[in-house]
Amino acid sequence: METAFTPFASLGGGALIGLAAVLLMLGLGRIFGATGILSGVVFAEGREELSWRAALILGMVLVPGLMFLTTGRWPQIDVPVSPAMIVIGGIVVGFGASLGSGCTSGHGVCGLSRLSRRSIVAVPVFMGTAAITVFIIRHVVGG
Amino acid sequence: MKLLFAVLTGMVFGAGITLSGMINPAKVLNFLDIAGTWDASLIFVMGGAVMVTFVGYRLVWRRSAPLFAGGFQVPGSTVIDSRLVGGSALFGIGWGIAGFCPGAAIPALGTGRWEVILFLAAVGVGLALARLAKGLPLFPRKAEA
Repeated sequence: METAFTPFASLGGGALIGLAAVLLMLGLGRIFGATGILSGVVFAEGREELSWRAALILGMVLVPGLMFLTTGRWPQIDVPVSPAMIVIGGIVVGFGASLGSGCTSGHGVCGLSRLSRRSIVAVPVFMGTAAITVFIIRHVVGG
Repeated sequence: MKLLFAVLTGMVFGAGITLSGMINPAKVLNFLDIAGTWDASLIFVMGGAVMVTFVGYRLVWRRSAPLFAGGFQVPGSTVIDSRLVGGSALFGIGWGIAGFCPGAAIPALGTGRWEVILFLAAVGVGLALARLAKGLPLFPRKAEA
C-alpha cells in the first residue's frame, strides 16, 4: 500500500514534536520519552511521578477527538499488518524499549538533540533492525 | 498549573504526531521499506523534531531551573552495553513488525481504534516482561565508567 510523500506536513509535525520536547524540558525538566511516560503510568511509579505523566498522556489522547470536532475528520490510520503481528510487535517494542532505555522519541528526538552517546548508538541500531525486519517481512517472506 | 502545562505539552506532541503522519503505521512501514513502497516523509519528521529540540534545549538550559520543578533531570550515563544495543535492536524489530511505536500509538489511542488498544496492551506486557528480565543475568548492565 503506497502512501503520499508529505515533506512539508511532516517537517511541520516534526517541529511540533520538537516543541513538545522543549516545553517538557522548560516546564518539568524532563526528557520526552513516550515509553518512559507510558511505563511510569502503567506501573504507577509514585504519585508525584504519575500525575504529570498521566496529564501528558491525556493531552496526547485528546488530539484525534479535537481534530474531529474542528475539521470533521479523524486522523488517517491504516494498519497493514495482522492482529498477531500487532501483538508480537507490541510485546517486542515494550521489551526492547525498556531494556534499551528509550524509543523513537526518547533516544531519537531528545537523545540525539542532547548529543547523548548512548542515543547516537541506539538510533542507528533500531532504525537498522526496523528496516531489515520490514525487508524480510515484505520482500523475503512475503515476496 | 504544572498539570495543565503537561496536558498542553501532550497536545502539542499529539498534534505533531498527527500532522507529521507518524500516527499512521502504513506511512511508518513505508518509510522503513526502502526497497519497496518507500515514503521518505519520516526523515523530515525526525529532522524537524531534532532541529527544534537541539536549539530549544540549549535555550531552556540557560535557565537555572525548569518552571515547575527543582532541577533538570537529564540522563547522564554514557555506557554502551549489550542492554542498550540489544534492547534497541529488539525495539527496532518490534517497530518493523507492528508499524507503531509508543509515541505514535498514545495519540492514536484517541481514535478508539482496536488495533491501537491491542498494540498498547501488548507494549504493557513487553514492559512488564522487561522488568522481570532485568533481574536475570541475560543482559548484564555494565558499570558506569
